[in-house]
Amino acid sequence: MFIKHSRLDRVILMLNSTFLILAVLMVVLPLIYVVIASFMDPSVLLSQGLSFNISDWSLEGYKKILTNPAMIRGFGNAVFYAASFAILTVMVSICAGYALSDDRLKGRSLFMTLFLITMFFGGGLVPTYLLVKNLGLLNTVWAVIIPGAVNVWNIILSRTFFKGVPKELREAANVDGASEMKIFLSIVLPLSKPIIFVLALYAFVGQWNSYFDAMIYLDNPSLHPLQLVLRSILIQNQVDPSMISDQLAMAEMKKLSEIIKYAAIVVSSLPLLVMYPFFQKYFEKGVMVGSLK
Amino acid sequence: MLAPAVILTLIFKYGPMYGAIIAFKDFSPIKGIMGSEWVGFYNFEKFLSSPNFTVIFMNTLKLSLFGLILGFPVPILLALMLNQVRRAGVKKNIQLLLYAPNFISVVVVVGMLFIFLSPTGPINQLFNLFTDEPIMFMSRPEYFRWIYILSDIWTGAGWASIIYVAALANVDPELHNAANLDGANLLQRIRHIDLPTIRPIMAIVFILAAGNIMSIGFEKAYLMQTATNLPTAEIIPTYVYKIGLQAGDYAYSSAVGLFNSVINVILLVTVNFIVKKLNEGEGLY
Repeated sequence: MFIKHSRLDRVILMLNSTFLILAVLMVVLPLIYVVIASFMDPSVLLSQGLSFNISDWSLEGYKKILTNPAMIRGFGNAVFYAASFAILTVMVSICAGYALSDDRLKGRSLFMTLFLITMFFGGGLVPTYLLVKNLGLLNTVWAVIIPGAVNVWNIILSRTFFKGVPKELREAANVDGASEMKIFLSIVLPLSKPIIFVLALYAFVGQWNSYFDAMIYLDNPSLHPLQLVLRSILIQNQVDPSMISDQLAMAEMKKLSEIIKYAAIVVSSLPLLVMYPFFQKYFEKGVMVGSLK
Repeated sequence: MLAPAVILTLIFKYGPMYGAIIAFKDFSPIKGIMGSEWVGFYNFEKFLSSPNFTVIFMNTLKLSLFGLILGFPVPILLALMLNQVRRAGVKKNIQLLLYAPNFISVVVVVGMLFIFLSPTGPINQLFNLFTDEPIMFMSRPEYFRWIYILSDIWTGAGWASIIYVAALANVDPELHNAANLDGANLLQRIRHIDLPTIRPIMAIVFILAAGNIMSIGFEKAYLMQTATNLPTAEIIPTYVYKIGLQAGDYAYSSAVGLFNSVINVILLVTVNFIVKKLNEGEGLY
């Protein structure tokens, strides 16, 4: 780079850095606040706010949240839903994308249109709910996993990916006498690890963070995923009475329920926030491939 | 191999579209969708003539439109700013931090809003330095849209900037050198080199966003609603949920939902047409 910066340029660059630092602070400060607050002694937090004095800290919130049966069950359910959803949606999208990438498939554009229409137009909430109900899926894990499994975006992503796999590879295997199934399983699939990984990552995170399908389809609390448990703690203010013993006075209870909220946020968000930097490049790859249409 | 996707699409995407005819019926659960009486556009007329209509329709439109106007430029600005950071390591770390909120669930984001903005929360503690009266952020209708939109930007703007950052990385440095030699300052170079580079992407992102103006998400608005902020917080999707699944008025609720979808498609087509005109023939399709 040979760019010479004029004085005006330098002023702009300085402003630029300032604004970027501000942006980062705005993003990060609330998170830091939550983490510190979660370690505070409840009564200190309510009376004087954050304190950096170790003696004002306590693990009370974490003790309550990590021993809460609803949280533990919700965590387990969330892992199960997210993992099975990711597996199913990857299988469906990869298969469809592979088929659509093959020129020999008749009526490809017809199928693409069939999928694309659903991106812009849908039947709506109530008809979808009635359908799931009539299929007998209400209050079963399937209601959360199956209806969203076909994702047009994923199909387009995997089709684009497979189009980039050299045709010669398949043809050579064909000449060697490999069947279509064998070509797919032993040649194409091993090459598709990146796309499988990207799709699975997106599906897992999406399902992990969602609450809506579970809210409308699952009445039974023992099936509820983490996000629904969090909703009742964070938003509906229903801290499980078993978390706070009855002898405690109302005021104590209120303090404790505050700290439980902070701990719940940390416990539920930390796994993803810790993991995502390691997968950042894959997430970015997903966004980039997606933007190519 | 295509079969699973096609079958699932037919059942779970086209099934509900067929089911949407319930909007034209006087639905009775005993008779089923087919057996119920046809009532034509009765349910639509009922919605359009109800006093709720204008309020809910305008709430949906405003929330989305203001969200687009305020939210659309932020990722672009972030990307242009990030593009000026010369050291790759520093840039990566800033990006890492800016993306983080994208991985926080909507339940937690709204939960944080309730905690931070509560009458005794940190924001009000700050404001207490100036005034004694705590501000009831979450229960006042006049704050709902601001909180919704600003928190949306907080969550998503960093992530949304990825695509612009990548496009800017492809700009040939020679262009900047040449412009610099010709005496162009930083702002001029951004305006004449960087911005034209990302313009096609801006157009596509804008069309997609504008096409979704009426399909603003249910998830966050529903969580943010309180008993008293409903005058601005009730939007079509939450209304559909409440009258449909909570109150059980299936036919009426489906009609409202269908009305919304149709407006959406019309919007998408219109915006695409306009952007195509402005953007030298380049649209989404």
